[in-house]
Amino acid sequence: MGLIGIVAKRLLGAIPSLAGVVVVTFLLSHALPGDPAVLFAGPAANAESVAQVRSHLGLDRSLPVQFLSYTSDMLHGDLGQSLTTGQPVVTDLVQRLPASLELTAAAILFAVVVAIPLGVLAATREGSWIDHLCRSTVTLAAAFPTFFVALLLVYVFYYLLRIAPEPLGRLNDVYFEAPATITGFYLIDSALAGQWTTFGGALAQMALPAISLGLFALAPIARITRAAMLTALGSDFVRTARACGLSHRKVLVTYAMRNAMLPVANVLGMVFSFVLGANVLIEDVFGWPGVGAYAVKAVIQSDYSAVQGFILMMATVYILLNLLVDLLSIAADPRVRMEG
Amino acid sequence: MSATTQPRPPRSLALLRATRYTLAENQLTLVACGLFGILLLCAVFGAVIAPYDPLATDMASRLKPPTAAHWFGTDALGRDILSRVIVAARLDLGMAVSAVAVSFLIGTALGAMAGYWGGLVDAIFGRLMDTIMAFPLFVLAMGIVAALGNSVLNIILATAVINLPFYGRFARAEVNVRRDLAYVEAARMGGNGGLRILSGHIVRNILPTMAVQASLNMGWAILNAAGLSFIGLGVRPPTPEWGIMVSEGASYIISGEWWTFVFPGMALMLAVFCFNLLGDGLRDVLDPRRRT
Amino acid sequence: MTALAAKRALVDGAAPHAEAPPLLAIENLTLDFRTRQGAVHALDGVSFEVFRGEIVGVVGESGSGKSVLAYAVMGLTDAAGYVRSGRIGFAGRDMLGETAAQLSDTLGREISMIFQSPRTALNPIRRVGLQIADVLLRHGNMTRREAHARAVEALAQVRVPDPERRFDAYPFELSGGLCQRVMIAMAIACTPFLLIADEPTTGLDVTTQAVVMDLLRDQVRAANTSVLLITHDLALAGEYCDRVVVMHAGHVVEVAPVERLLQQPAHPYSALLIGATPGATTRVEDLSVIPGGLPDQRQALPPCRFLHRCTRSDARCASEKLPTRHMGDGHLVRCWNPL
Repeated sequence: MGLIGIVAKRLLGAIPSLAGVVVVTFLLSHALPGDPAVLFAGPAANAESVAQVRSHLGLDRSLPVQFLSYTSDMLHGDLGQSLTTGQPVVTDLVQRLPASLELTAAAILFAVVVAIPLGVLAATREGSWIDHLCRSTVTLAAAFPTFFVALLLVYVFYYLLRIAPEPLGRLNDVYFEAPATITGFYLIDSALAGQWTTFGGALAQMALPAISLGLFALAPIARITRAAMLTALGSDFVRTARACGLSHRKVLVTYAMRNAMLPVANVLGMVFSFVLGANVLIEDVFGWPGVGAYAVKAVIQSDYSAVQGFILMMATVYILLNLLVDLLSIAADPRVRMEG
Repeated sequence: MSATTQPRPPRSLALLRATRYTLAENQLTLVACGLFGILLLCAVFGAVIAPYDPLATDMASRLKPPTAAHWFGTDALGRDILSRVIVAARLDLGMAVSAVAVSFLIGTALGAMAGYWGGLVDAIFGRLMDTIMAFPLFVLAMGIVAALGNSVLNIILATAVINLPFYGRFARAEVNVRRDLAYVEAARMGGNGGLRILSGHIVRNILPTMAVQASLNMGWAILNAAGLSFIGLGVRPPTPEWGIMVSEGASYIISGEWWTFVFPGMALMLAVFCFNLLGDGLRDVLDPRRRT
Repeated sequence: MTALAAKRALVDGAAPHAEAPPLLAIENLTLDFRTRQGAVHALDGVSFEVFRGEIVGVVGESGSGKSVLAYAVMGLTDAAGYVRSGRIGFAGRDMLGETAAQLSDTLGREISMIFQSPRTALNPIRRVGLQIADVLLRHGNMTRREAHARAVEALAQVRVPDPERRFDAYPFELSGGLCQRVMIAMAIACTPFLLIADEPTTGLDVTTQAVVMDLLRDQVRAANTSVLLITHDLALAGEYCDRVVVMHAGHVVEVAPVERLLQQPAHPYSALLIGATPGATTRVEDLSVIPGGLPDQRQALPPCRFLHRCTRSDARCASEKLPTRHMGDGHLVRCWNPL
């Protein structure tokens, strides 16, 4: 099976997952005990507005028919109206998505850049201080609630040390002006426009949230990297490489590390699940104007359409991220191509 | 019938010996046991141990730093934080234990059935688990709470649902491995039906490994429940609960009253740490593959 | 003249056997492993020589220390192992005194090794041709393109069909026999003086075994390479080796030219090994059984480690250091009561 064929197969494989996600979100609102009309009308509604919502959303029709109209609305980009902002949910989400994506990307980048070298060093110097540092970091990081870490960092670096800026969002608009929107990512947009002071401001605001979010992901990545490197370094093929006198660097990078990265790619799926979930908590702590903060407000205020839209969006992002990792695995490991 | 009962004393003695060996080997597990004891004490006898009434407000001594009178300081309403942290143990641990118990029982049952019967049962099970895992788990929990209503019971339910796949898949794999083993064949030939074999023989054998999974999962369940209450779901003020206490304390960082959020946060961290270590220790004792 | 060329001239000028200095001279090698239960005495007083252009077999049960010996020569011993005493002389140098950098230069170029389970011994996600090229680039002074061409040549030399296409293959796409040939190609790419083969044919079918062994023998004849063949298969040793070293529990018990060993074994253990090896006409009932098992090498051991399995032992075997009896014609045995 050619490479294109395998990629196509993987892409098609994502469709049942997406379908399942749509079904579950539908069932959550329409099939559970309780009146969906009340759910969508919100806490401030009276009997009249509930009835209005019921007829507007067609909630008096049969379940399969409702599902069909739900799906068709969704495919047309209609996710309902937000009760709190008054705007269509889709508009709200699209507006706020870049902020969340930028934060998530920065967090994962931080986690990978720190965790992988840490894991490699811990494996090559087994038993040394760096190995113990790696193992204790992993154990501790796995126990820390993300929101607590975030608050601790704000307290230490903002309140005590005055290094970090005030945690009030992506950019302090007293000093800086937001860059013109090209990608929606402040760091990329300001760099492209050459507005380096804005870049600095945005980076400073991003630092603590990205680190708090990334610390959570750091633990499993470092642990798997260390374990995978230990396995690789003890493997038969590394022994052969050493027996051929290959240089230390060659053995470490080309023979050991490349093989160790395969299990790391596998664990990334789990890591993304954690990170996309913890995103919500971090945005809440730092006042980050992303979809997570939006969803928190929506859940508290029982703005159900907004919550539902948020869940659909996050699940879709997650499925796409998993697909990306899967494709990277295929590129890295020729044995996967064989199995198809 | 006496032929089917296992000789009791040697097995439990071996287990005891293994436990003592593991505890002696690993001081960290001993520390975790100690911590667990303290947590249990707080959960059961919290109201008695706590120096002050966790709900009693005292506006005159609000936001006082840690002193001899108030070891953990006081919060925005003058309530003693130490008392609140101690009493909160019951709710936090209770939520996590309930959630883990529910997902453990249902997940193991579903997974075992899927692993044993295969075919359509397995296919449906697989689809169900895959669908749950297609969501970022915390996000799904938020959605479940939003749909069912904002209450502690629903927090427990939501945490239970998102943990199902861990137990389900593990149980399925373990049963799959054991399904074709000799003693199962023997039971089948003895005329036992599928369900009986499952419950009688296989499940009893996978229970130790599943118990290890459960203790490792407890930490994650505590974090989940606390996360949900941090963003304002389930638990309402003035109920003392670690997550909501951190959330209340968060507003006071910028004015420097760190004790309002640090102590409940540390309690959370210690509880999770304790269960993670206990899980590792339990695995060393119970998992025959690791026993030396 | 480069150092390598000078070395080759020195060694090449010598005639095979006897008068020529040995290529590999192991003298009284004693090696222990540190474990939680104490030191394991893996090798004790191991001595023998390998000359240019000969195939020396090292035979014995699993656990007799054959592989430990091979790894010690290559400097690839596990971190828990340490040499208590002895010398490993190679082309006049003491291998035990080499630095890591010197060792890295020697391995792959002057001494090479091929391993058991060829498929796991190759990097699973790297094309086999590149793995051969890696060795060439490391030790030879050539460009990538030259290394690629030489690697294809090496594949052809080990008789891999369609070598240009096979250059791009991954190990999982090749059979066990082809993988072993790739490993041999990697090992002989830089024409080493000594090739150590650690159970190279275990796990391969008989036809492939013959192909692999023939390749090794061709290399010996073509480049005057010496081969140290480690195997538990006495029949294989009998067919391909010039001389055989018999090991038991970390001791060398007998060294002899192969025909002499098979016809007139001097050590009781060698005789039992030969008796236990199925030949074309031996019935299963006629195979001899070697009683007992290897002694626990963590304990203090008697001077002769075969003592408790031997029917010819006497008081000297338990108390006095074993002698080295020369039976003539390069035949040595370490025993108080040889056959």
